Parts: sequence; structure tokens; C-alpha cells
Amino acid sequence: MLKVEHIEVYYGDLQVLWDVSFEVRQGEIVVLLGANGAGKSTTLKTISSLLSPGPGTITLQGRRLDAVPPDKVIEYGVAHVPEGRRLFSEMTVEENLIVGALKGEAKAKREETMKWVYSLFPRLHERKKQPAGTLSGGEQQMAAIGRGLMSLPKLIMFDEPSLGLAPILVSEIFGIVKTIHEQGVTVLLVEQNVKHTLAMCDRAYILENGRVTMTGTGEEFLNNPQVREAYLGV
Amino acid sequence: MEVFLQTLVAGILKGGLYALIGLGMTLIMGVMGIINLAHGQLMMIAMYVTYVLFHYMGVDPYYALIVSMPSLFVLGMLIQRFLLNPLMKVEAILPENQVLMTVGIGMVLTEVIRFIFSSNYLSAQTSYSSEVRFVGGISISYPLSIAFVVATVLTLALFWFLIKTDLGRSIRAVSQDPEAAELMGINAERIKIITMGLGSALVAAAGTLLLPIYYLYPDIGGPFTRRAFVITILGGLGSTVGAIFGGVTLGLAEAFGSTYIGMEFEEMIGLVIFLLVLLFLPGGFKRLTKV
Repeated sequence: MLKVEHIEVYYGDLQVLWDVSFEVRQGEIVVLLGANGAGKSTTLKTISSLLSPGPGTITLQGRRLDAVPPDKVIEYGVAHVPEGRRLFSEMTVEENLIVGALKGEAKAKREETMKWVYSLFPRLHERKKQPAGTLSGGEQQMAAIGRGLMSLPKLIMFDEPSLGLAPILVSEIFGIVKTIHEQGVTVLLVEQNVKHTLAMCDRAYILENGRVTMTGTGEEFLNNPQVREAYLGV
Repeated sequence: MEVFLQTLVAGILKGGLYALIGLGMTLIMGVMGIINLAHGQLMMIAMYVTYVLFHYMGVDPYYALIVSMPSLFVLGMLIQRFLLNPLMKVEAILPENQVLMTVGIGMVLTEVIRFIFSSNYLSAQTSYSSEVRFVGGISISYPLSIAFVVATVLTLALFWFLIKTDLGRSIRAVSQDPEAAELMGINAERIKIITMGLGSALVAAAGTLLLPIYYLYPDIGGPFTRRAFVITILGGLGSTVGAIFGGVTLGLAEAFGSTYIGMEFEEMIGLVIFLLVLLFLPGGFKRLTKV
């Protein structure tokens, strides 16, 4: 479904991704794992066209994504739930959701999708008239995910949804990611939380210093002594 | 007491117009992240548009709104599209350079008008320019009251637009987080162009409404750019509700200043308040309400 091939990304003169390639197949949950600064968020930003892939290419269902301006990527069916939620903090929860569905089919089905999002996150419904900036961390993450779902994506990308959340909320958020996946949305997940994600993903890639250093299924990784030592600390 | 009430009413009426000026500046500030230092000059252009319509075609200044607002909307969009947006794409250029560009635009507008109309003072003397109505012993300027009503209607319409329409929501989204807005499918560059047009149209309305009560000359833009700046800072940069408070505060300060201290201090009083706010309330009124 999503094919990332040989992308090389720079911040100014500084190269941060080196020949990164990976793919996400229809219906999968794929995880990009790596430490801080490994290039995970950069990879997602490149898929969203916020950064240039250099000589590499990015295709979604055979259509080139890399030449598309960032505000058009969502029309290809890709939603990006960015790191740090990035909600419109002075707008209400409901307004944030509306802004997630500004175009085409998503706009036409706005009410319907909103009901679905509220059914996934009843707490957002309770707080729909509240400015997003006043929500708790977990609720903000829910709102960010809900806003991403409002565009009716085929592929949804999560950038560290568990960041800064209490352990109980982390489980809840990953539970929601699973639910979304079960409802037919393909998932690309960027995480540092290895334990949770390896158990739930189909396949995983490890990024180190801007390069893909290992790929395999979640199970393979969990049984790999090297991974266990480096990422699980056992 | 009568003088006090009279001054109070005059200040509030003027404040309504100032709010309109400040709202335009605030919208641009929010979305572009820069202070538009050509704001008063754009207003001056609208005043000349109104003057031409009045003087050569006999159009009542209030009807001239129908022409001045759309003209300035287009002028604002052109400025953003061809003069400000290209600057953003140049690497290693600071946002400050866009501010410098607006200063340059302001100068060019002023000199173009001076070239066409010369520096002479002009005025649009309508039958009602100096008309006053008496309410309970207080005299109220008729043109200023009309201006206040129109300004209020426009302000309410603006808030409706920002809160209830997708385009308005997109403008707010871009001003709060441009990158996240792009992820939602909003073309931030297009929004900037529209916002600059909108801000220009709002200040155009203020200019047109002021014409019956003001003398017009090419350099009138400068003092109004300063006023817009003061209002925006008073309101807390980028806060629309704050801009209304800022506008009314400045209107009141000028009115009381010129009544109780002296006409010649009118403009200085605003700037003194501005300094006091920067010193003691750096976030503007926004800091007090926390919204």
C-alpha cells in the first residue's frame, strides 16, 4: 500500500535519513522503532510531504506521494497524527474534529464520522465544547487521533502516541490503535515503547541514526536476543 | 459631569472604529506572525478610493463601502501573493524581513498617492458631516454613530465567519499551528492570502467610515499604523477579542486625553498607554482573561 524507497532527508546541510526504504501492506500494523533522534518523526514528515525525500520516492497504492504538496496528502487517504498532538489549542474539541474533515467525502460525511469518533472516545464527547488546550494529556492524544480519523483515512500514521502518558493511558491508547486497525484502517506506528508495540504489530523496522538496520515480524523481534537486549533491557 | 459623559460616548464610538482597525491587524498578525506596518497606509488608500467616489461621482461615503472594501480586499491579496509570500520561501531570511517589506509597501503607497493627489488636505464634506444629535443633554456626532453601528455589524459578521464557516476555522487553525493545519489539508499559503485581503478590507471599512469626519492627506496612514499597532499590543498579539478591548481603550484614552489634557496630546496619549502596557502588562488584555 505505502512504499517508501531510498529516501534521503536533510535539515539544511545535515543529513538525517540515509537510504531509508520500507513498506506497509494493506491491512497491516507496521511499527518504526528507534531511539530519540533516529529519524522516525522525520520519516513520517517526509511521507506527509513536509520534507523532501531527496532522490527517493514515496508511493501510495501506486500513486506518487512525494511530489504532492503537504496539504494535498490527506486527499490521498493518509492521516498523520503528529508528535506532541499539535491540536489547535484555542479551538474546541469539536472544532478540532471539524478541521480534520474539510474536504470532499470527509466533509460530506462529517456528522457521521464525528459520531463514530465520539463512540470510540466517549470522553471527547463530554468535552466537545471545551478548548483543546484545556484537556489532559491523554484526552489530547484522543482528540488528535480523532481529528486524524475525521479525514476517513486508508492509512493512519501515529507519531509516538504514548509519549508523556501515564502507563494506564498508554495501554488505553494502544487499545484504541488496535480497534482502529480492526475497523479496516492500515496503521503505521512510530514508537519508542517497544514492549507494547512489538506485541501488537505485524511487522517492524528498526531505525538507527537515520538508517533502517533491522526488519522482521513482531514475533521475530521479540525472540531476537539482540533486540531484547538493546530495546527491552532483558 | 456632562462633559465626562460626552467624552465617554465619543471615546466609545471612536473605539468601535479603532476595534475594526485593530481586528484587521490582529488577524494578519495571527496568521502571518508579523506586524503589518502598512496597515494605516492601506486604510489611507481606502479613504482616497472613497474620496474619489464621493467627489467625482457623488457617491455617499457610506455606500462607497461596497467599493472600498472589495478593492482593498483584492489589493491586500495581491500584496500577500506577490510581495510577502515569496519572501517566506527565501531561505535564511528572517520573518523580520517581511515586516521591513510592509514598511516599504507603506512608503510606496503613500508616495504613489502623493504623486496622484499631491499633499493637499482634502475632505468629503457631506450634509451630515458635522451633524449632532442630542440624547439627554449629550451631543452625539451623527457620522460617528453611523460608523460605530457599521463597525459593530462588521465585527459581529467577522466573528460569525471565523467561528461558523470552514474557511474561518481554517484561518484560526493556521494561526494556531500552520504545520498541523497543512496536515489537515489546509493550504496555508492560500489562507495567508485570504487573511491579508480580509484584514485590508476591514481597515478599508474603517477608513471609509472615518472620511466624513477626517481631513485626508497622503501621510495620514502613519498615525493609523501606529494606532493599529498600539491596539494589537493592548489586546495581546493575535487575540481578536483583545483587539476589540484594545480599540475601545485607545478610543477612550484619546477622547479623555484631548478633553482633559489638550487636543494636541491626542495621539501621544495612546503611545504613552502603549509604553505602560508593555512595561506592566506585556501580554496585553489577553493575559487578564486567559482566553
